[in-house]
Amino acid sequence: MAVERFPVEASHIMMFARSIGDPNPVYYDDGEGDVIAPPTFVQASAQFDPDYFLRPKVGEKWFGSGRTPSGTAGSGGGGDGGGGGGGLHAEQHFTYHRHPRPGDVLTAEVRPGESWEKESKRAGKLHFSETITEYRDQNGELVVTARGVGVRTERPVDA
Amino acid sequence: MALSASQMQVGDTHSEVVADDLTRTQIVMYAGASGDYNPVHSDDIFVREVAGYPGVFAHGMLTMGMTGKMLTNYVGDGRLTEYGVRFTNQVWPGDTLTASAQVTAIRTEGDDRLVDLDITTTNQDGAVVLSGKATAKVDP
Repeated sequence: MAVERFPVEASHIMMFARSIGDPNPVYYDDGEGDVIAPPTFVQASAQFDPDYFLRPKVGEKWFGSGRTPSGTAGSGGGGDGGGGGGGLHAEQHFTYHRHPRPGDVLTAEVRPGESWEKESKRAGKLHFSETITEYRDQNGELVVTARGVGVRTERPVDA
Repeated sequence: MALSASQMQVGDTHSEVVADDLTRTQIVMYAGASGDYNPVHSDDIFVREVAGYPGVFAHGMLTMGMTGKMLTNYVGDGRLTEYGVRFTNQVWPGDTLTASAQVTAIRTEGDDRLVDLDITTTNQDGAVVLSGKATAKVDP
């Protein structure tokens, strides 16, 4: 997900920290200007990707339930293979050059990495694909490098 | 509050319960904050009837975020230089997760003192839901 402008804001960091159940005061703006982002915060750059496919958009059919179990059933918009909505997250790796703070305005540039296949007992054939995302700040300096691996499964994963 | 290399040893461990009876609401909060609104995490009808799972499950990134809380509580704020994980089992509402870190190396790189950590997060049945590694810059 390429992002041209990801403004890091204290209120977003607060909401993100609450969502991971972290009461650490460093994530809650007390006016001292010492807030930093939690380690996995850059994942929320999805909010600033205009094309991010896991967010409902006005005027477009959403593949979750409404009057029917899937708003796009039969149109190939979801539920293909196990997991629905584009498969599952297999791995995530972050390298921190520094930790983002409110006031930073980041960009995210994405490039594909490797892809590979594997046979599994619990979910049939697995298709893995890697993406590398570079988050840079307003000065063009590298802040975080992220490497994600997604997996599409042949069928839902057995419990 | 950051760790000091002189007071650490290879083999040191730190553990925290990072989720106690994980709620569907917490998963919805993560969807809202992260922007990942995949209905498998919040839409029970979709997940059962279309995706083919018994119910909604947590974002892998929620587990990574909660495990990150254990890490920053241990090594200090803004100290991580690397944090990477594999998601090895799904996390479900009602799960109780314990995240642990173990020191595997204490080393010097340039002017920096670094600690390497192995990370494991397990559920109430002892199943590993996340495993990975992290590196943090610590005080001398």
